[in-house]
Amino acid sequence: MTAALMVRDVSLSFLGVRALTSLSFSVAQGEICALIGPNGAGKSSLLNVINGVYRADSGDILIDDQLFSHPTPARAAKIGIGRTFQNNALFRRMSVIDNVLTGLTRQGKAGFLELAFRLGRYSTEQRIERAQAEDILAFLDISAHRDAIVGQLPYGLQKRVELARALVALPKLLLLDEPMAGMNKNEKAELSQFISDVNRQLGTTIVLIEHDIGVVMGLSHHVVVLDYGRKVGDGTPEEVRRNPDVIAAYLGTRH
Amino acid sequence: MSASKLAGTAHLGGTVSQAPRLSGRRVAILVALILIYGVIPIVGNDYWLNSLIIPTIVMGLAGLGLNLLMGYAGLISLGSAAFMATGAFATFNLLLRLPILPLPVVLILAGLIAGLGGLIFGLPSLRIRGFYLSAPTLAAQFFLTWLFQTYHWFSNNSMSLVISAPRLEFFGYDLSSSRGRYLLVALTAGLLLLLAFAIIKSRIGRDWMAIRDMEVAASVTGVPIARRKLQAYVVSSFFLGVAGALWAFAYLGTADSNTFSLDKSFQVLFIVLIGGSASLLGNFVGAAFIVLTPIVLDILVPVLGLDTYIDQGSIANIEPIIFGALIIFLLIKEPDGLASLFSRTIRALSIWPLRR
Repeated sequence: MTAALMVRDVSLSFLGVRALTSLSFSVAQGEICALIGPNGAGKSSLLNVINGVYRADSGDILIDDQLFSHPTPARAAKIGIGRTFQNNALFRRMSVIDNVLTGLTRQGKAGFLELAFRLGRYSTEQRIERAQAEDILAFLDISAHRDAIVGQLPYGLQKRVELARALVALPKLLLLDEPMAGMNKNEKAELSQFISDVNRQLGTTIVLIEHDIGVVMGLSHHVVVLDYGRKVGDGTPEEVRRNPDVIAAYLGTRH
Repeated sequence: MSASKLAGTAHLGGTVSQAPRLSGRRVAILVALILIYGVIPIVGNDYWLNSLIIPTIVMGLAGLGLNLLMGYAGLISLGSAAFMATGAFATFNLLLRLPILPLPVVLILAGLIAGLGGLIFGLPSLRIRGFYLSAPTLAAQFFLTWLFQTYHWFSNNSMSLVISAPRLEFFGYDLSSSRGRYLLVALTAGLLLLLAFAIIKSRIGRDWMAIRDMEVAASVTGVPIARRKLQAYVVSSFFLGVAGALWAFAYLGTADSNTFSLDKSFQVLFIVLIGGSASLLGNFVGAAFIVLTPIVLDILVPVLGLDTYIDQGSIANIEPIIFGALIIFLLIKEPDGLASLFSRTIRALSIWPLRR
């Protein structure tokens, strides 16, 4: 079984403050893996290392058993890593469809003059891009908001637009940073359903950070628990729930 | 493989277009075209064409150049006039030294030379962000104008360092009459407006706006940041270069590097702010404001009888103050520029009979 993602002995520090310490785990193909842990445990930092926003001090990232060397956000996008952010990182003044189309920008081959003068590959590419974006909008049920300006949409829809933008290029690996933060129970259930659909119907491997333990237990196949930049638990949701270290670190000890 | 799976789940059809709604807009465009290329050249007298319409269009074109950079790509420049100067001096030298080249080719080449300048002075944008970008573009402003002043080759060793318009002609048609110059300016602006529209509707424009709205997310999404930023500087400088050439030879007739001082750069900046950032037509509205307000103030002073109370020298000083105050007032009242005021008015008019 190949691992969609392998984190091997990764350490990261900011000006001497250790954010991650010799962290290792792997995520199997087609899995939904949840990263949990208290605030400041290093979860977001880890996602930033995986897609090259931060450079790890030491250790390796392997994607499909291939070493991902010299990671940068651009290379990560190129090898098929999609990403959403903790606080929505949408292009607020652009329409929904334009946000989603941006997710396809690196697949375009047409050069500057072809695009500026609408020649050559321009129209074919334009048609294909449109169709792909419309498919994803339909899949996430936001087609009706296609032309709305993203900054004016309610928060739950914005989260879905961000998911659409990350998904439209059909990444192999999708990193979701607290996709359900600030949502109510219904919105969470709805988005969980979408994430599970993406995983099952598109076969996308998903790594997500989530604080709602109920959501995590229901959605994920695999849970990795971080505390102070170290791994304190790794296994199925059931195993993790019973792990005394995890209970101590994350859920709190009973006195 | 996964794409086909996805297509199977829900396919709403990619082409739910907004075609039927456009007919009203088509009529508006047609009317505008007839007005600009048919009516104005016939009814416009020399004063209107020379003093009002030509400078408005040329400055609007300059504003368009800066707006592509600032409004769409979110990059700052205080050196717009330097690229205008580059375009003007390049046009002068090309017409002088390569007289076989037809005028349109010269204008395109001059724009490309200005674009090269933009590329060089845009390089710092790969390292510097936000407000600090004003420094390298300010350097462009001072360096390029110094260059054209110091090396007399650029003005063909003329003693006064002034460059004068060679005969403007296009395949034998003399363009030196005010009508001819108007048509040259209006046609160039129209074509460049189309080009700007195509660019901002394409992947390039989308990527620019993505960089403007959130650069980190744009890079994670796969936008080639460095290439797009440099393209923004090149395209912007190309437009500014052509505008500079037209300003020097289709409007003023003669120019030197003082024509393109920092003041002019700020004028272009104000056109963008007043017209509306990230708008194409707004630049021409902003340019009209910049060009017409001083003229209107000149007319208003005697009409209001102010010249009897205040001496001429003070009036000359008061006018720019009123002008500045007007700009501040506009920016407070209409932070998205006159373009948004116009589109709101048009929307209100289009549903007007139903609201009463």
